[in-house]
Amino acid sequence: MPRIAIQATGLTKWFGEGEARTYAVRDVSFDAYFGEMLYVVGPSGSGKTTMLSMISGILRPNAGKVMVEGTDIWSLSDNALAAFRLHKIGFVFQDYHLFPRLTTAENVAIPLILQNRDWDEAMDEAMHDLEVVGLKDKAPLPPVKLSGGEQQRVAIARAIVSRPDIMIFDEPTASLDGETGRTIVSFVRQHVLTDQRCIVMVTHDARIYEFADRIAKMEDGRLTGTEREKLDA
Amino acid sequence: MPGNLKIAYKLLANDRARFAALLLGITFAVFLMIAVTSMFSGTLKRASATVINLGGSIWVMDPSIQTVANTIPLPDYVLDEVRSIPGVKFAVPVYAGSALLKLRDGTYQSANIVGLDDASLFGRPMLISGHIEDIFAENAFIAVKDSEFYKLENPTIGTDFEINDHRGVIVGIAKVASSGLFGVPTLYTTYYRAVYYIPNMRFTISYILVEPKTPADVAAIKRQVAAAGYLALTRDEFITKISDFYKYQTGIGVNLMLMTVISFIIGLSISGQTFYTFILENVERFGALKAIGAKGRELVFMILFQAAFVSATGFGIGVGLCSMVIWLARVYLPDYAAIMTFPNLGLAFGMVVVIAAVSSYVGVRKVLTIEPFDIFRG
Repeated sequence: MPRIAIQATGLTKWFGEGEARTYAVRDVSFDAYFGEMLYVVGPSGSGKTTMLSMISGILRPNAGKVMVEGTDIWSLSDNALAAFRLHKIGFVFQDYHLFPRLTTAENVAIPLILQNRDWDEAMDEAMHDLEVVGLKDKAPLPPVKLSGGEQQRVAIARAIVSRPDIMIFDEPTASLDGETGRTIVSFVRQHVLTDQRCIVMVTHDARIYEFADRIAKMEDGRLTGTEREKLDA
Repeated sequence: MPGNLKIAYKLLANDRARFAALLLGITFAVFLMIAVTSMFSGTLKRASATVINLGGSIWVMDPSIQTVANTIPLPDYVLDEVRSIPGVKFAVPVYAGSALLKLRDGTYQSANIVGLDDASLFGRPMLISGHIEDIFAENAFIAVKDSEFYKLENPTIGTDFEINDHRGVIVGIAKVASSGLFGVPTLYTTYYRAVYYIPNMRFTISYILVEPKTPADVAAIKRQVAAAGYLALTRDEFITKISDFYKYQTGIGVNLMLMTVISFIIGLSISGQTFYTFILENVERFGALKAIGAKGRELVFMILFQAAFVSATGFGIGVGLCSMVIWLARVYLPDYAAIMTFPNLGLAFGMVVVIAAVSSYVGVRKVLTIEPFDIFRG
């Protein structure tokens, strides 16, 4: 029986008040497990990103709970929530959000530096993870000197450097060509996903569905079901 | 240095164009602010040169006096009256006036003449050549070797000149703490020779210099002098009075203050604008840091550090640049009156702190209002 990494119950989020109130997510409940790669798919505006933000401790839901390893993350104080994100979650953003004025290694080391780790120690670990993503030789370069695929791998290295239990990917292939996108996700599947880690990925890209363990579909803010396409295949 | 501050430093310093623009803005503002206030301080110091050089704990004068240069002679009986005040250790007359000298080559040169009390020579300058007792010799004058000395044709001991159809002879060369404001050389002689050689009004005492028995006697002496219808000021009070005159009654102070404010506004505009665009360029990445787990106060600290670093560096460069310019100016223009004082530096530093605070406030507001969710939404 796989261990539950994230347990979302009745998640609801609306924006605006009164007649202007718009529901982004309505009463969404699901579990995500360690050792699985869960995709959240759906058309634009279906609430994927809002849901992702709520389960990762970024956007407070109007209703519902998010339990991570037995803790209701939305009962935590702002500082505790920030610490939770820093230590437990690795983020890979759609546009990478790498600092162009820092070297690739420094970008990767940022989560460790935010954890107040020693600079040299953080750099050593960043170099290790750059080696994992095959970019050790690019460590001294600024990210702008790297291709889109390489930048995405740097973002992945930054996300895994603090050894998080949960990884959140937001449209990781949106800025990449099809082949590079597949390579990246394949790499994530092989080298980033472990039995001790859960990956939740929001994507539009049907070309990478084959790498998912489960696919959760969203429409109009509701979860319309999950498919075990990968496992059943 | 903590890692997050190192990151903040690298974000700032590696953006060379913007870092240079920030430094330039602050350096330029600091340079202007310090240069302007230093010139003003130099001018004020020179305006009080006679007071500084003569010393004297208490100066007795006519109440209408605004600056040391515009003397209103006192009757002789005032000296007697002051000497009779309990608490006065001694009181001496001093003459401060100007005269036209005819130099050896036939040219005329205006000069300040200071006449020291014959009995005590109180306020005498430090001689670098000659003997002070020679001041009692016939026609004796002591020339002050300041930035105006060359205007007396660089005299040596024995050099003579004419003063109001009297012969004058240089018997000593002295140095003083401060040169005068009006660009004329200074000669010291005895009080009675000064009064005798230079045409005067009925009264001849310019000031009475008083030494109290104890510091506690100062207040009583001032009261007694006031009761006699005259004004007694301590040396520092007199210097302040002279400074206030130039600051508030000549327009110089207001003009220089305006220049300082303009420098501040220029610095604030350049630095504020540049820092704002710097933050604006990185705001999404700061948002990403927030999403990753950076606390708001950590980001604020990073921004404050960046603002403080660039301000301190700009301040240091500005001060260094200003020192160099003043030094260079003095090499080529010995009369150049500019001195950097701690209050000047403090004022410039305070304004730089304001520039840094305003610049970083804008950045901090921007970073604090960015929501990590916005980063996800793109």
